[in-house]
Amino acid sequence: MDTLTRRRFLIASGVAAGGALAAGGTAYGLHEILNFRRPDTGLRGKTLVLVTLYGGNDGLNTVIPYADPAYAAARPGMTYPHDQILDLDGAFGLNPGLAGLHGLWQQRRLAIVRGVGYPKPNRSHFQSMDIWQTAQPDRPGTTGWLGRWLDQAGRDPRLAVSFEPVLPPLLAGATTAGATVPGGAVKLPATVTPQVLRAVSGTSAGEPPAQARAAACFADLIRVQDLMNDVAAASDADADDEDTGDDSAATGTGGAAPPLDAQLALVTKCIEAGAATRVYSVSLGGFDLHADEKNAQQSQLAKLDKPLSAFAQRMAGRDVVIAVYSEFGRRVRANASDGTDHGTASSMFLIGAGVPGGMYGQAPSLTDLDDGDLRYTVDFRDVYATLLADVLDAEPQRLLDGWDGRLQLG
Amino acid sequence: MTDRPTAAHLLRRLTFGPTASDVDAAVADGADATVAKLLAPATAPQFPDLGADPFGALAHDAGREARQQARQQVRAQVTAATWWWLTAMAGATTPAGRAAEKLTFFWHGHWATSVQKVRSATLMLTQQQTFRRYGLGDTGAMVRAMLRDPALILWLDGQRNTRKAPNENLARELMELFTLGVGHYTEADVKAGARVLTGWQVDRAAGRATLAAKRHDDTPVTVLGQAGVHDVDTYAGVLVRHPAHLPFLAGRLWLRYASGDPAPAEAIRRIAASGRDTATMLRAMVTDPAFPATRGHLVKQPVEWLVGAVRQLGIDLTKLPDKQRPRMTGMLRSLGQVPLRPPSVGGWPSGDAWLTTSSVQARLRAGQALAALTDGPLDDTPVRERVDALARLLVVDGWTARTRAALDQVAAQPRKLLALGLATPEYTVH
Repeated sequence: MDTLTRRRFLIASGVAAGGALAAGGTAYGLHEILNFRRPDTGLRGKTLVLVTLYGGNDGLNTVIPYADPAYAAARPGMTYPHDQILDLDGAFGLNPGLAGLHGLWQQRRLAIVRGVGYPKPNRSHFQSMDIWQTAQPDRPGTTGWLGRWLDQAGRDPRLAVSFEPVLPPLLAGATTAGATVPGGAVKLPATVTPQVLRAVSGTSAGEPPAQARAAACFADLIRVQDLMNDVAAASDADADDEDTGDDSAATGTGGAAPPLDAQLALVTKCIEAGAATRVYSVSLGGFDLHADEKNAQQSQLAKLDKPLSAFAQRMAGRDVVIAVYSEFGRRVRANASDGTDHGTASSMFLIGAGVPGGMYGQAPSLTDLDDGDLRYTVDFRDVYATLLADVLDAEPQRLLDGWDGRLQLG
Repeated sequence: MTDRPTAAHLLRRLTFGPTASDVDAAVADGADATVAKLLAPATAPQFPDLGADPFGALAHDAGREARQQARQQVRAQVTAATWWWLTAMAGATTPAGRAAEKLTFFWHGHWATSVQKVRSATLMLTQQQTFRRYGLGDTGAMVRAMLRDPALILWLDGQRNTRKAPNENLARELMELFTLGVGHYTEADVKAGARVLTGWQVDRAAGRATLAAKRHDDTPVTVLGQAGVHDVDTYAGVLVRHPAHLPFLAGRLWLRYASGDPAPAEAIRRIAASGRDTATMLRAMVTDPAFPATRGHLVKQPVEWLVGAVRQLGIDLTKLPDKQRPRMTGMLRSLGQVPLRPPSVGGWPSGDAWLTTSSVQARLRAGQALAALTDGPLDDTPVRERVDALARLLVVDGWTARTRAALDQVAAQPRKLLALGLATPEYTVH
């Protein structure tokens, strides 16, 4: 990155309060900008990259308990030959589509948390996704777990960025929402000039709070636009506003996200440019495989594996932690069409700074089932609590309704 | 006679839009007569004929291909139904019709049911007929009808709720989200309520729900302290007579019609005390002393924003070329609110949730597309008068100095002015 771009980036990364911007785009001293970057501890802190797999990824076909005879018995016609399964520890192996992650495992950099779920599992895609995204299994509320973090981390939408077209609920706070930058670029009609945006972003004494907030969004947009102009020149994901009629997502977020590799390329740029963003939300859909699953699952997992393992390799040595989850796993027993129906507990992947590779959590039994489904052994809030505390330097109990469990890593 | 800001405020809340001429009429009629006209019964629009329900027509042993085909047919029907609804929202020709469109959308968000799980456009429109039939009236009739509504039953697993295996989904949401609010019932009430609701089966081909006696538990139970509850009608009666019911509903009306800020307790008490039917409660709300102060405190939902803009800009949706239709629904998708597809049973978010960086972008882009569909309503206005003419056209009470300065920058280009006007903070809230 050349010096000029770097400098613009620093300016874009500094919290330029909406009011200050409105006063005419005041120039900031380097000192103030660096102050934002070191708010309390003098450290910039780690970055969390959260990967959401929409559709309910079949955990048993991802981290395969191939040595357990109950597995083959439950899924005749769906199992892979043993020599194709990428062995982990003699009992479990990764799906043949996950060669890149297997490489990370061999480098002891892939953590697999088994049996992750929550009480009274909900088998509806969107309700279970709501539960995961709000971290409120009893009654999913209106704020996401990372949105609540954002509320107390300074109300700057650039702290949590999504490259999906609609804000994922997990980034919606009570007072702040993460920045949504579909396609990684701020797309405005050519006629909307920065001067106009700046003019609308100003404050006006005595206006109602909601109207002031609407004006502040213009200021946020300018900041996000600056950020993205600097980091996302290469993005050409030109998804238009056309209604694609896409019915597959079943997420409540709607819209089709750009491919995962495009999303992760943008994350890479932001991180390598030193953006102050602490959380990136990326996603991949298409895991709802009720029929003819075996081959489809392998190619679907490959769509995750290649970009994710490349990203993880590139981020090696940086303060970046990746977490991968889906709203639920699938039923243990295959259905009559060689697919699996909606299930419960599944595995999560964690990769990155301060995450020793290995197996975590107890693998659920394939025979002691809850109405045909796995019994969870790790509450997903334990994993969230660890991410909040260890990656985002936050107090998990404040953000997780008092939840005091914690997954111990290492 | 009433003053223009008062009339505009009333119409912005009770209808989509409104247009400047709607406001002219309300100013001339005065507030009382306007409210009376708006809350009068309306004739429902002609519903579309979508054809047979594809899943209803499907044989039990239908293969994958047939199911795939049915899915595609459903998708086409949902697209048609959504488009029809948008044209109905924008096309109402009387004050009562316009208020009914807004109210129908309110009820859709209240009894938030998504076609994503119901998978039938026909059943979604059947539900909407119930909203239109009972929307202004006694809340008991609405609750009784909704407990027999096939789409709601499918949505909340009612057909899986049987004497042998009760499913509590519907009973819980019925009390928490539809009638009483959290904190006014116990887990025992949920269990008892679920038993009362057992046995309802949806017949997709016939498009209705029927009670299967063998699956129904007809043992009378005690719900909310009332003994002898044994069917949906007695259960509905207990719910709507519960002291929490009308205050709860008043709060929900306030949230969508008045303000995103917490409602003043006194206003809620007054509205709840006004009567048991929705028209009376709405009348009490818009005439409440706390109502005038809500101006500017409600963020428009995307559907309100889009349909209002379509009306004010004079865009005739029925004359739009077919290829433009996906563009309109695409705007709603980008803005995050597609009718018939609420994100969850809790309905759509409110307030600041609609104010994001991507929603500003979406409004700016949609504003440009909408402006291009007009016949240039500001073209003939002298440049120096255009910014004020825009306020009249969009029924904005006035621009802040900030926004006026921004609009002045583009006033020479009328379509650009229209587009920016639709994205302004003053137009984003109402």
